[in-house]
Amino acid sequence: MPEREWQPRIVAFFCNWCTYTAADLAGVSRMKYPPNGCVIRLMCSGRLDPQLVLTAFARGADGVLIGGCHPGDCHYVEGNYKTLRRFRLLSRLLQELGIEEERLRLEWISAAEGEKIRHVVTDMVEKLRTLGPLNLPGRHEEWDKEIEALAHEAQAHEREEAMSYAH
Amino acid sequence: MKPTNNEPVRIGFYICHCGTNIAGALDLADVVKYAATLPDVALARDYKYMCSDPGQELIQRDIRDHNLNRIIVAACSPLMHERTFRNATEKVGLNPFYCHMVNIREHDAWVHTDRVEATAKAKALAHAAVRRVALHKPLETKKVPIHGDVLVVGAGIAGIHAALTLANAGKRVYLVEREPTIGGHMAKFDKTFPTLDCAACILTPKMSAVGTHANITLWTYSEVTKVDGYIGNFDVTVKRKPRYVIEDTCTGCLECIEACIYREPKFADEFNLGLGKRKPIYLPFPQATPPLVLIDPETCIEFKTGKCKKTCVEICADRRAIDFKQQEETQQIHVGTIIIATGFRVFDARRIPYYGYGVYPNVYNALEVERLLNAAGPTGGEVILRDGKKPRSVGIIHCVGSRDENTNRYCSRVCCLYSLKLAHLIKEHTGAQVHNFYIDIRTPGKSMEEFYNRVAEEGVDLVRGKVADVYPDPSDGANGRLVLQVEDTLSSRILKVPVDMVVLATGLEPQADAQEIRRLFNMSCGAEGFFLERHPKLAPVNTFADGVFLAGCCQGPKDIPDTVAQAGAAAAEALSLIVRGYTEQEPNTAYVVEEDCSGCKSCVPLCPYTAISFDAGKKKAKINEALCKGCGVCVASCPSGSIGQNLFEDDQLLSEVEGVLTYA
Repeated sequence: MPEREWQPRIVAFFCNWCTYTAADLAGVSRMKYPPNGCVIRLMCSGRLDPQLVLTAFARGADGVLIGGCHPGDCHYVEGNYKTLRRFRLLSRLLQELGIEEERLRLEWISAAEGEKIRHVVTDMVEKLRTLGPLNLPGRHEEWDKEIEALAHEAQAHEREEAMSYAH
Repeated sequence: MKPTNNEPVRIGFYICHCGTNIAGALDLADVVKYAATLPDVALARDYKYMCSDPGQELIQRDIRDHNLNRIIVAACSPLMHERTFRNATEKVGLNPFYCHMVNIREHDAWVHTDRVEATAKAKALAHAAVRRVALHKPLETKKVPIHGDVLVVGAGIAGIHAALTLANAGKRVYLVEREPTIGGHMAKFDKTFPTLDCAACILTPKMSAVGTHANITLWTYSEVTKVDGYIGNFDVTVKRKPRYVIEDTCTGCLECIEACIYREPKFADEFNLGLGKRKPIYLPFPQATPPLVLIDPETCIEFKTGKCKKTCVEICADRRAIDFKQQEETQQIHVGTIIIATGFRVFDARRIPYYGYGVYPNVYNALEVERLLNAAGPTGGEVILRDGKKPRSVGIIHCVGSRDENTNRYCSRVCCLYSLKLAHLIKEHTGAQVHNFYIDIRTPGKSMEEFYNRVAEEGVDLVRGKVADVYPDPSDGANGRLVLQVEDTLSSRILKVPVDMVVLATGLEPQADAQEIRRLFNMSCGAEGFFLERHPKLAPVNTFADGVFLAGCCQGPKDIPDTVAQAGAAAAEALSLIVRGYTEQEPNTAYVVEEDCSGCKSCVPLCPYTAISFDAGKKKAKINEALCKGCGVCVASCPSGSIGQNLFEDDQLLSEVEGVLTYA
């Protein structure tokens, strides 16, 4: 198989009632959008533990998309407001870690908005293409190597010093 | 909860062709080959239709022959067939929650064009499922009892039919209607297509049956203001507006109307869309159900000045049915199921200014013409213009507020037929020349095309073209005459047709407060604003709120036969739940792992259902499983990770994340 060119990878967390259903609708309506996102179904976007987002990035996702019901429309009354709070905090935290803002996206998509699924996924893929790979696992590896090298250096230094004392 | 099953995991992986739906877009053999290499996968197969009986039997046979204890079906959306496959595995003794679906149709095959990429995505999703399902635990569904009473919201023909169906089956029905009388739009129609039987003749017997039925509690002039609870157990608050007439004592004798200080009806009559007049105390229309008068405080002198002679009270005498001090009341009811039949709103033709509705007096909407044709209407069934003259030529414009980029894109479905009906009736009543201007004539359904042919043969002039302008005839002595400018697209000529009367075939729109109603009952709306059915074909009367069903035009434009059929279906769905007596709920509830709970209470206020309490003795959070609806908000918020959610456990979700990212 020929080498595939780099494709951004998106992990999408969709709530069962609005956004997952909208993605089903996009399918039933045969709308076309890029295949870069894999959907993980949650009952409510409020179930989204920040840990899941962090894990996604740590394991190689280039972007994470969160989809919930529009404000006021949550099947569980107000779960999406809790998602919004967590999202804001998480978004700032990720930026502090050097992960660009556009890589974590929250969208309200109702069960009727198949077209919005198509638009959001297409748009996000385009933006991620411009940003390029996040490659957090690769960066971790590099950092690990750097740290290892530093540790080596420090050890060598210590040894040298110990030698000089011995003399 | 720890896994109780310690045998080694043996996964059966099945991929469905769905005919060519999936097989046409993905390389299934490649996915099967890949799945077979994944850990714990004992067997991977593809099959033409997994949901068919042989498909399900294939899984069942493999469970027995190959000792499988986890099943993955990569096919359509789990919202479609999850239950099918869970049932199939349960039948051969495998816990249904060991079965998991991968959505490779709606989320993959149908939306992607690149075969290689789509296949790669299917593999990534398969990998996620393989990791996830290995961590599944056996679960049991929760049985929730269904209360036998039903709430029907809206008492047009849909609500009436649903209520009667249920009441005749011996169920208690609360029928709530916003207007002072039941009957809805159908009560305003003159005759109905294609049979031309009179709307009142077929509707009013049903209305009075509702009014007198022992099993129906009818609350008119009332609105649902609050809905709590869930399938089987809804607590509903109904607001009853004051009609200033005591329901139990009013006999419907109507003497008060006669006695009103206003000698003549003076105020615009809502039932006749302002074409007729009523007094401040009135009966909406002769067959109103319940047959009770009401007082409009906006126009009643007693309400406005407090100085009326109150001749109405005088004549009512000992019956003492009139009560100027009546207050709004609220009622609390407990029901198990709800049928929404809130109907539609007529498109406001003022939104298309070039048709001159509301500007030229001789431009009417279709519903107004129904009232003019009706023998009980404001003109006693005579089609006369506002100046009292009979029109000699009439133009009916189709698709007003339908099939139009500027207003509504959808077809309102009934306008072609009712326009043909109006053409026939206007001709019959006035002998006028009638021109129908259409984009396409759409007359599907039993006896409908025949009706179209019949009206065409009667000499109604049918012009294919969208009217571009309606303007006053500039010639002398035009006397309110209007000119319709239109391109006859069959002969490619611009026509200027002078007519005395213009009828706009206004489309059907969602009710103005459809969004509020939707929120109240936790439903969804489609893009046009009509309430969304759970599945357009297989669950057309169900909503995304369990136990809430749809009937009639609130779900989308439809004619009377379809409305009645849908109302019957909604009643049958409610009845099916009631007769069974219980429903099974997804066991996706949250639970506290007590050893790990630090007792911080941060989860307690987050629960929208107050399912979480704090056990002060143990200093631990406690979740009431009966109240938990399984959103998982508490799970994500617990700082010590001591709340789990069945079917959506942390390790299961994390393994999915890792799974989709592992495939390269």
